[in-house]
Amino acid sequence: MNGNDAYISIRNVSKFFGTFQAIDDVSLDIAGGEFFSLLGASGSGKTTLLSMLAGFEPATSGDIFIDGQSMDLVPPNHRPVNTVFQNYAIFPHLNVRDNIAYGLRKAGLTRAKRYDMVDEMLDLIKLPGYGTRKAHQLSGGQRQRIALARALILRPKVLLLDEPLGALDKQLREQMQLELRALQRKVGITFVFVTHDQEEALTMSDRIAVMQGGRVLQVDTPAGLYESPNSRAVASFIGNMNFFPGKLRRNGTAGAVVETEGLGSLQLPDAPGGQPDGARVQVALRPEKFDLSATKPDDRPSVQGHLANAAYLGERSHFYIAIDGREEPVAVSAQNRLRFGPPPGSDGKLWLSWSADAVVVLDAE
Amino acid sequence: MTQTSSIDPQLTSRPTRTSGRIARFLRRNEGLHSYLLMSPTLIILTIGVIIPCLILLVISFWTRAGIGFDTMPSLANYARGVNEPMFGILLGRSFKISGIATIATIAICYPMAYFVAFHVHRNKMLWLILITLPFWISYLLRVFAWKVILGFEGVINSSLLWLGWIEAPLEFLLYSPTGVIITLTHAWAAFAILPLYVSLEKIDKSLLVAATDLGDGPVARFFRITLPLSMPGVIAASFLIFIPTTGDYITPALLGGPDGMMIGNLIQAQFGAINNWPMGATLAIILMLWIAAVAVAFLYLTRLAQARIA
Amino acid sequence: MSAPTFLRRPNRVLSVYAILFLAALYFPILLIPLFSFNTSIYVRFPLEGFTTEWFGQLWDRQPMWDSLWASFKVGVPVSILSTTLGVLAARSIARDRVPGRSAVVTFIMLPLVIPTLIFGVALLALLSRLGVPLSLYTVAFGHLIVCLPFAVATLLPRFEGFDRSLEQASADLGEDGWWTFWRVTFPLVMPGIVASLLLTFTISFDEFIMAFFLSGNETTLPIYLWTQLRFPQEFPSVLALGSLIILFSLPLILIGMWISRLGLHEDTTKEAKT
Repeated sequence: MNGNDAYISIRNVSKFFGTFQAIDDVSLDIAGGEFFSLLGASGSGKTTLLSMLAGFEPATSGDIFIDGQSMDLVPPNHRPVNTVFQNYAIFPHLNVRDNIAYGLRKAGLTRAKRYDMVDEMLDLIKLPGYGTRKAHQLSGGQRQRIALARALILRPKVLLLDEPLGALDKQLREQMQLELRALQRKVGITFVFVTHDQEEALTMSDRIAVMQGGRVLQVDTPAGLYESPNSRAVASFIGNMNFFPGKLRRNGTAGAVVETEGLGSLQLPDAPGGQPDGARVQVALRPEKFDLSATKPDDRPSVQGHLANAAYLGERSHFYIAIDGREEPVAVSAQNRLRFGPPPGSDGKLWLSWSADAVVVLDAE
Repeated sequence: MTQTSSIDPQLTSRPTRTSGRIARFLRRNEGLHSYLLMSPTLIILTIGVIIPCLILLVISFWTRAGIGFDTMPSLANYARGVNEPMFGILLGRSFKISGIATIATIAICYPMAYFVAFHVHRNKMLWLILITLPFWISYLLRVFAWKVILGFEGVINSSLLWLGWIEAPLEFLLYSPTGVIITLTHAWAAFAILPLYVSLEKIDKSLLVAATDLGDGPVARFFRITLPLSMPGVIAASFLIFIPTTGDYITPALLGGPDGMMIGNLIQAQFGAINNWPMGATLAIILMLWIAAVAVAFLYLTRLAQARIA
Repeated sequence: MSAPTFLRRPNRVLSVYAILFLAALYFPILLIPLFSFNTSIYVRFPLEGFTTEWFGQLWDRQPMWDSLWASFKVGVPVSILSTTLGVLAARSIARDRVPGRSAVVTFIMLPLVIPTLIFGVALLALLSRLGVPLSLYTVAFGHLIVCLPFAVATLLPRFEGFDRSLEQASADLGEDGWWTFWRVTFPLVMPGIVASLLLTFTISFDEFIMAFFLSGNETTLPIYLWTQLRFPQEFPSVLALGSLIILFSLPLILIGMWISRLGLHEDTTKEAKT
């Protein structure tokens, strides 16, 4: 992404709390109108980064630009950014209407005008008529939507959301995920969304930044992160992954071969970038990229193995296949298109096969 | 959304830099900002607490000369304080009276705190307010009330005489150390209850359940679990009562008599009738040093007690 | 976690003890109003007759009115000032991770623990060295020292239980420091402020030691009371005055304590069952 298109530009930002480094030289560009997620475990620095975007924490070094303007020393109340807090932060002493209209004080509108806008907002978040309710009369999901309305009514260019769905139960959470996504598309605002739930990030985002230990590991679209992770950390953070250690051999310009433990020699049509000849690498393959058959397939690479373990998950089954040259069984995931039954060839030997372009080559760590 | 497009489309703030170097400096330094807010309080306390005590210290090294002071620093007052038996005796008596009153207060209040912590299930707040309310009523009045009760013709004596239980009025009640101790105990009871209650309330009930599961009856449970865990609260309460009562003036003045006189009275006299301010300052400093020593001892005890628990 | 049933068994002995304790606690205090209506000038049982003459006597005493007025002149400013400073101090202590916090708190709470007598004579020494004459102003200053810790102690729990993200939300929505304080912080700590005002006023109103050492010609009500105690024949009027003081203080204290305990649970918004 070209730095000039970016609406938010985070440049070499680091943050220290005393001697503890929370953010380590992070640079990110976020486009206008994008649904961008910061994904990471707790302690990865994602919430700190969000705080710095909002202006609650000054950066120790580096700068943040929004719409081309440096946010250095701009306090939170002067930024074109609004936040939905993790615990919603609904003002307990104000009713719903006054909560939503809170930020409109400075806009110089008449009371009637303000309340009209509030009513519009209430319709948007599907809580019409809730204006006079008090905060403690609302459920968690309702308060979350009020917090959203309160921020959106000011029509910020950027909305920051700090794990807003964490406190909701599963069904409500999934419903809210779709609603939030639809809302973002409708309103056209840049959303920066913090979460530790990788499924949530995959569902809602245009692009995701995976964070760990205060650093950004990879920034990509959900499909990009899933199909082409750039490291073992990213690969195993999102979804499940099988890893096979191996050695890379380059054939000049004609591609490369990886000799793996267990999967044999893999032909790689495009030479993957970076690693020199003879380098130790890891080959990564997702469980669902494998096929199981009773006979050896002739159009794709395969090895022989036998069924070590199986788990039934309703819509899919997980099979663990033991192969030579590898201690740990390979995890294979198959959809239960037909009624549940053992995989083909499970009474004896079966063939484990995969497509060559599903292979990801990573540095050994 | 289209209906309101006539209004300025971006209602959220336009970025402006915080005006002024000072404001920006404050934003970078949260700590300094805090201290600035606290500064009036700290300044007043410095003027009202630290500086006067320093002056007291300085004066204690002076001696009385006529109606003024001889400002030549000397340890004469301190020498008197150490050598003349009266001061030592008075100080010792003050500690003894405070000590007994403290022990009595804790002993009487502990069961009450226990009751509210473990046996009151509704309206705990009501009980706590009821118990601590008397502490907020004028100290002077409460001491006066005891003067009335313990007096020669006071409530106790007149009732007992009237009931025929005694022949002549009891004399040891008023104008004696006993009277002071009784009054102090009553006056500070409300103050002691709170720390005791808090530490008892904090005890994890599941520990008591576990103890029962392992075979303890109620008495054993109390002595093996409740009492040790409430020790920090007991120590804190003792501390909170012992220190202020040592320097009490009103109680011994109203009903101590010559036998019940405490160090507070002597200090006041130095600043009053005797008009020997340096000596008074010296006594106050000595008292403060002793209080500091006792405080350190209490802190040490608390640490010991907490180490045993945690 | 609520205690299981066997721990909740009511204990007869303790219940009786509790009642006796409360009775013993209040008995001396209640004696004062009781005997203030007694005709005898001696405070003893049996009671003689009922009269309100002692209260009538009080009414005519100009010195009593003067000292009452003086107590108000001192108490109101002291309570307002100590509460204001207490708000600033409590806010800083609760909010920010300032180095040396616990030392500051201990320092502020010192006057609560150390005998007031020491502060009284120390302040007297200071004022005399500075050549400041004793007056109600000096008494007020002494009271300020005594009341500040109470104000901070009353306000601190309220600021500590205060959800910081509420202030952040206010800033996020465009308000600066002052507006955030007025629109969010202040309304939510109001109960604490009211409680602090009431309690510090009561403390100042009843405070004796500082007034004793630092008074000039004008004296406060407790001092007036003290001087009357010199004369045994004034006992009944002292009782009458005492009863009135108790009567006046009680509602202030009750409201103050009730408010200061109450709001602490109110701030956390409860989830509705929906």
